[in-house]
Amino acid sequence: MQAVFYFSHVTTASCDACRQGSPSFSEKSRGGVRFFDLCRRFQRVQTDQLPPPRLQLRRIDKRFPGCHANKAVSLTLQPGEIHALLGENGAGKSTLVKIVYGVQQADSGEILWDGQPVHIGSPAQARALGIGMVFQHFSLFESLTVTENIALGINAREPLEDLATRIAEVSQRYGLPLDPQRHVHDLSVGERQRVEITRCLLQNPRLLIMDEPTSVLTPQEADTLFETLRRLRDEGCTILYISHKLEEIRALCSQATVLRAGDVVGSCDPRENSARALAQMMIGTELKTARSSISGTRRGEARLQVTNLSLGSLQPFGVDLKDISLSVHSGEIVGIAGVAGNGQNELMAALSGEHRSADHDAIHINGQPVGRLGPKRRRDLGMGFVPEERLGRGAVPDLSLADNALLSGYGRQALVSRGLISFRKVNAYADRIIQAFNVRTHGRRAEARSLSGGNLQKFIIGREILQKPKLLICAQPTWGVDAGAAAQIHQALLDLRDQGAAVLVVSQDLDELFTIADRIAVMCHGRLSSLRAARETTVEQVGLLMGGLFDSADEWEDDHGA
Amino acid sequence: MAHKPSFMPRLEPRGHASPSMVYLTPLLALVVTLLAGGLLFQVLGFNAPEALYTFFISPLTTAYGLGELVVKATPLALCAIGLALGFRGNVWNIGAEGQLTFGAIFGGGVALACYDMEGWWILPLMVVAGMVGGMLWGAIPAFLKTRFHASEILVSLMLTYVATLILSLLVHGPWRDPEGFNFPESRIFSDSALLPVLLAETRLHFGALFALAAVVGGWFIIARTFVGFQIKVMGLTPAAGGYAGFSQRKVVWLSFLVSGALAGLAGVSEVAGPIGQLQPTVSPGYGFTAIIVAFLGRLHPVGILLAALLMALSYLGGEAVQIGMGLPLAVTGVFQGMLLFFLLASDVLIRYRVRFGRPQQEAKA
Repeated sequence: MQAVFYFSHVTTASCDACRQGSPSFSEKSRGGVRFFDLCRRFQRVQTDQLPPPRLQLRRIDKRFPGCHANKAVSLTLQPGEIHALLGENGAGKSTLVKIVYGVQQADSGEILWDGQPVHIGSPAQARALGIGMVFQHFSLFESLTVTENIALGINAREPLEDLATRIAEVSQRYGLPLDPQRHVHDLSVGERQRVEITRCLLQNPRLLIMDEPTSVLTPQEADTLFETLRRLRDEGCTILYISHKLEEIRALCSQATVLRAGDVVGSCDPRENSARALAQMMIGTELKTARSSISGTRRGEARLQVTNLSLGSLQPFGVDLKDISLSVHSGEIVGIAGVAGNGQNELMAALSGEHRSADHDAIHINGQPVGRLGPKRRRDLGMGFVPEERLGRGAVPDLSLADNALLSGYGRQALVSRGLISFRKVNAYADRIIQAFNVRTHGRRAEARSLSGGNLQKFIIGREILQKPKLLICAQPTWGVDAGAAAQIHQALLDLRDQGAAVLVVSQDLDELFTIADRIAVMCHGRLSSLRAARETTVEQVGLLMGGLFDSADEWEDDHGA
Repeated sequence: MAHKPSFMPRLEPRGHASPSMVYLTPLLALVVTLLAGGLLFQVLGFNAPEALYTFFISPLTTAYGLGELVVKATPLALCAIGLALGFRGNVWNIGAEGQLTFGAIFGGGVALACYDMEGWWILPLMVVAGMVGGMLWGAIPAFLKTRFHASEILVSLMLTYVATLILSLLVHGPWRDPEGFNFPESRIFSDSALLPVLLAETRLHFGALFALAAVVGGWFIIARTFVGFQIKVMGLTPAAGGYAGFSQRKVVWLSFLVSGALAGLAGVSEVAGPIGQLQPTVSPGYGFTAIIVAFLGRLHPVGILLAALLMALSYLGGEAVQIGMGLPLAVTGVFQGMLLFFLLASDVLIRYRVRFGRPQQEAKA
């Protein structure tokens, strides 16, 4: 059903394109794009002098306590270009676009809009200028309809019926079909993003800022989005595209500005550079990728066995788990892919013991039924757990690293005897984690909140790994972590596997899963596909599964003779 | 809409709170309270320095006064240490006054039942009964909270009034002193049911040692035990507590039982100490003032001990200015309120700074 849906809206899109005489269908090849660009530039020269840049940033500087986020950043965006803003987490990308969108104010520097200096004091002012932004995290009300959400977002004065018609019209025109009457909690993440994009488009933006838009999309959904963005570009809209996925930037953008630690370290045409070259600009050093020494062929006994687990969500608009079966064996890494919000959080809570299951036998750890056991008892059986939220679940922000070592280490590290904390052991354990996992901090007394995302994640993963788990469950292990730390974390997981532990990794990052996982399954709408060997699976197949096409992809497995 | 200047004050986060200020602010709040109090006295037409002297210094000039100070600080410290444990774990027991009253009822009940008897065992039995009474009264909000998610703030607060009414019912009815000319009071407890006085010529009684023991015990739980750690984690970040396998339910029960027991102990110490019988009212609001004491003491047992002494002084000072200068007793409440207000205000100000004008103009700071 989903496939038909994609297919149909791609068709509609190109038909609309024909009707409007837009040349988007001719852009399948790169040559086409360039040719078209030239034509447009030529046209422009004919009509008037070269127009001023759509947006120009001059020496934008912004400091936060303890962090120089932007160091005299200059950036020029031409009308009708898709411009990539590249950089690692913490490079200052978000701060820069927040300044453009009026969420934050620069300490110094100038913003020119169409050649005129402007002051952007608030998002409302940015919108009035014609700047739209689609955030990575959506701000939608789950219990309201699409129309109501959009009406709130743009302070609409028109009747809701008129707005609904306009929404249907605009979303259809740009290949983002939306039913204005549906409630947001019924929408998939990809559809929610369409709501956000449509909300921007209704205000006829001349600059659209997209913050990591594909991190929540399946590869197929991302392709549809790219079509939309190209069409917007052709209509003269400028797009500032933030991402660290290099391949998609190479496919989409004609200019890239690279930020590192708040500095502009270069700009280039991404189509003329390899992904590796871009990555090195971004990181500044040679990129080291994790390599597994032994591929996971030495599978041992099942360490985690989930059988027909069904569990209602604890959250009002959460996803119920439906009939999930899964096994993770010693000596292998199993990856679970999927678009965020398809039941991964619920599955993690069910596996960690934070949400207990009524069916005691639905989950086995090391052969023991644990469905009704809490986190402590499951840890005692040899489970380690790294949650997705580092600060606020995996660690207490206000407490020291030593206290945070105690948080999950109290049982298997015997840090507590007869109800009393042994501070000597706690401190030694914290020091061991910091040492072994190269956590950059000024010591075990540092508050968890003072660490960068990557260092805190190294600390949490180290804390779990040093407990010598027989089974390690890891949610989004490198989400928002800089590339250096990510490689270290991957290596640590591979080493753990090679030592005979079973590892389960849930991630939205397909590259990550294909790098480290031996077997892969996909979650969609609270269901889990069957596991298949990573080596015999392609990104496209996983993408189809992420869109919910379980049956056709499973057919593929049958054809293959499984 | 662009550049209109705005003079609305805003709060801007400072990024981090200075650790030394966290401990200095109670002193700062005290100084500001003194200044504001002096101003208040002046406006009311009294000589400010003299009034302040009468309020804060004169009660401490006699041995009897010092004894009274400890007598008043004892129930405050006992209640506040129990409350602080819960407050650290995000469990908001506002009903220490009710638990104190129930401790007095249970302990007093034992004293009245053993009226004709003598023996060393009567006092320990009263103490245990008082603690059990406080725990029972604390168990009600704990049960409703863990079973039905009822707000412990409302339940514990409202149960305070129920407890006072039950006490009133008892001393007006079945427990009224048969030789008491129909006054709503119980018999005066026998000597075996009274806490020994520690210092001759004062009312300083054995309960003060309970308070000291509670300070030490409270510190030990908070600083050394795993239970204290669990309470702390649950209070700061419940999700991390759930991840670690700590139980919210356990923290709620533990907080209410411990604070109920300590409040009950305070109640029985009052009736077996300075009061010596059951009366319709056994506490001038110690259970509520203990909330101020807990926060003024930064939820730390040693801080609570100091704060309890300070608050006790405000009771004595209120009486002193009433007797000596004819000021209304409400002055006590005014001083307590001002102190809490200035403390909370300085808490805000060590985390935020106040800014006037538009956001972008002060970004250089």
